[in-house]
Amino acid sequence: MPEQLAYTIEVFLNGLMAGVLYALVALGFVLIYKASGIFNYAQGVMALFAAMTLVGIQNGQVPFAHLINAIFGTDVHKFGWTVHSFLAILLTVIVMIALAWAVQKFVFKHLVGQEPIILFMATIGLAYFLEGVADLMWGSELKALNVCAADGVCLPQGLNMWIDETTFNAFGYGFFIDNLDIVASIVAAILVIGLVMFAQYTKQGRAMRAVADDHQAALSVGVSLNFIWVLVWSLAGFVALVAGIMWGAKSGVQFSLSLIALKALPVLMLGGFTSIPGAIVGGLIIGVGEKLFEFLIGAPFLGGATENWFAYMLALLFLVFRPQGLFGEKIIERV
Amino acid sequence: MLDDTDTAAVQVDNVLEVNNIEVIYNHVILVLKGVSLNVPKGGITALLGGNGAGKTTTLKAISGLLASERGEVTKGSIKYRGEPIHHADPAETVKKGVVQVMEGRHCFEHLTIEENLLTGAYTRSDGTAAINADLEMVYDYFPRLKERRRSQAGYTSGGEQQMCAVGRALMSKPETILLDEPSMGLAPQLVEQIFEIVKSINEEQGVTFLLAEQNTNVALRFAHYGYILESGRVVMDGPAKDLRENQDVKEFYLGLSDEGRKSYRDVRSYRRRKRWLS
Repeated sequence: MPEQLAYTIEVFLNGLMAGVLYALVALGFVLIYKASGIFNYAQGVMALFAAMTLVGIQNGQVPFAHLINAIFGTDVHKFGWTVHSFLAILLTVIVMIALAWAVQKFVFKHLVGQEPIILFMATIGLAYFLEGVADLMWGSELKALNVCAADGVCLPQGLNMWIDETTFNAFGYGFFIDNLDIVASIVAAILVIGLVMFAQYTKQGRAMRAVADDHQAALSVGVSLNFIWVLVWSLAGFVALVAGIMWGAKSGVQFSLSLIALKALPVLMLGGFTSIPGAIVGGLIIGVGEKLFEFLIGAPFLGGATENWFAYMLALLFLVFRPQGLFGEKIIERV
Repeated sequence: MLDDTDTAAVQVDNVLEVNNIEVIYNHVILVLKGVSLNVPKGGITALLGGNGAGKTTTLKAISGLLASERGEVTKGSIKYRGEPIHHADPAETVKKGVVQVMEGRHCFEHLTIEENLLTGAYTRSDGTAAINADLEMVYDYFPRLKERRRSQAGYTSGGEQQMCAVGRALMSKPETILLDEPSMGLAPQLVEQIFEIVKSINEEQGVTFLLAEQNTNVALRFAHYGYILESGRVVMDGPAKDLRENQDVKEFYLGLSDEGRKSYRDVRSYRRRKRWLS
């Protein structure tokens, strides 16, 4: 197998894996946008918040430690225990549901029927508020997500030796693929299948789609918008947690995590704001596209660093030629 | 159906009482200026009037949908079986047995017809078997829906969407259906058909209807009692038969006068002449 082709395939595969992570973030946007027409700028911060909460709980950190110490003159930082990873994940899910409830209760309930731009502004406010809360609650230092906590729950990391060896034996060239990326892909696939099944085949899922189609009509048949919106914000919170874990394991839990929201934007433009499969396919296209472009064209001819802008260029092209995205819902219009 | 015994029943058995309500949108726009009406149990009551008379607003005030449009009942009361409902959440009102079919049908476009109908049963907790039985009942009234059950509602015709909207309301097992402008945008034949079905639902299932309609002619033929609204006030009410024979109603709403039916052509030529002169 020629060297160049092997490299290209490897870049392609790595692109796919990176794309899965973009898709995970985009998924959270889609859920909320579909059900309530709100473009949730805070989705990235929610991923950050979820990841920080998870790490904080795992390490037995005292929430708001700095605040408590400053007020009471105490010096507490840790409870002195560590929490089992699964329990910590469960607790974080509960925190995210509480967050969803609070967001609905204190913000969006009062903005029903307002212009989309006002709802969008509210999510910007929410993003900064949440970032502040995360900082206050868990501190601002970079944390490593315990990829292999004391309790033996491991997120596998590092090179997958099996793929390396097998492909080496088969093609004479070993592919480098990170174990974490493989796990992320599997988790994302399960998540997407689960969400689609939920939306298609359950009563609440059907109500969720009904709300997405027509708020007023859903209200008129007795669907509680409040409940449905808390539900989608909870789901988005859960997706944010998964994204936060994957990104956090890859690059550490730090505040720049909230910026991955910006990377999800072109993914959404490609896939369509209202399509769950679209978010996945969009993520993969962006992931593969930017890696391949960098490898084949960017690095040799343009001096590299094309990964930063390639996704946005692609999104721009899509906005011109197919504004509803690849999988965006066709606007059914009858007169 | 409304014979002497029923007229007596009207006085005692009002399932829905709207008492002098005033509705304001966005804190400034006064839409209803004191509307009162009674809906007798098991009857079809028509709410008539032109555009902007306040028919839809009255229905939305009852169902509780006003709040999501930034409207609010500022005076008066709405009682369903004696309980005030004018500040209730729409979901609560549906659970009490009052459901609204909105003007312009409002089907869930991307859901199939069957999913639309099932969403109508959202508030019910009496089990899948009961819900499926009602689904069959709706299909019996609207065989057309059964044929289109797998189609996305957005791709069905206007008549089918209207049927879907009524069927969806039926799925909540309501006692009272607030039906807003069922004739809108439908061919006269289809309007007749929909009203026939409404009538048989009323007679066979004992569902009470409050019907807002611009098509006075059809509405008064099928309703038992009517209220006429003009710019946010009730200007006239009475048994449908009396309204049908009332001189003013005939002239203003049915297009009839002493000289018989006024032709649309006369009206138009009159207008044209006027334009020629000016």
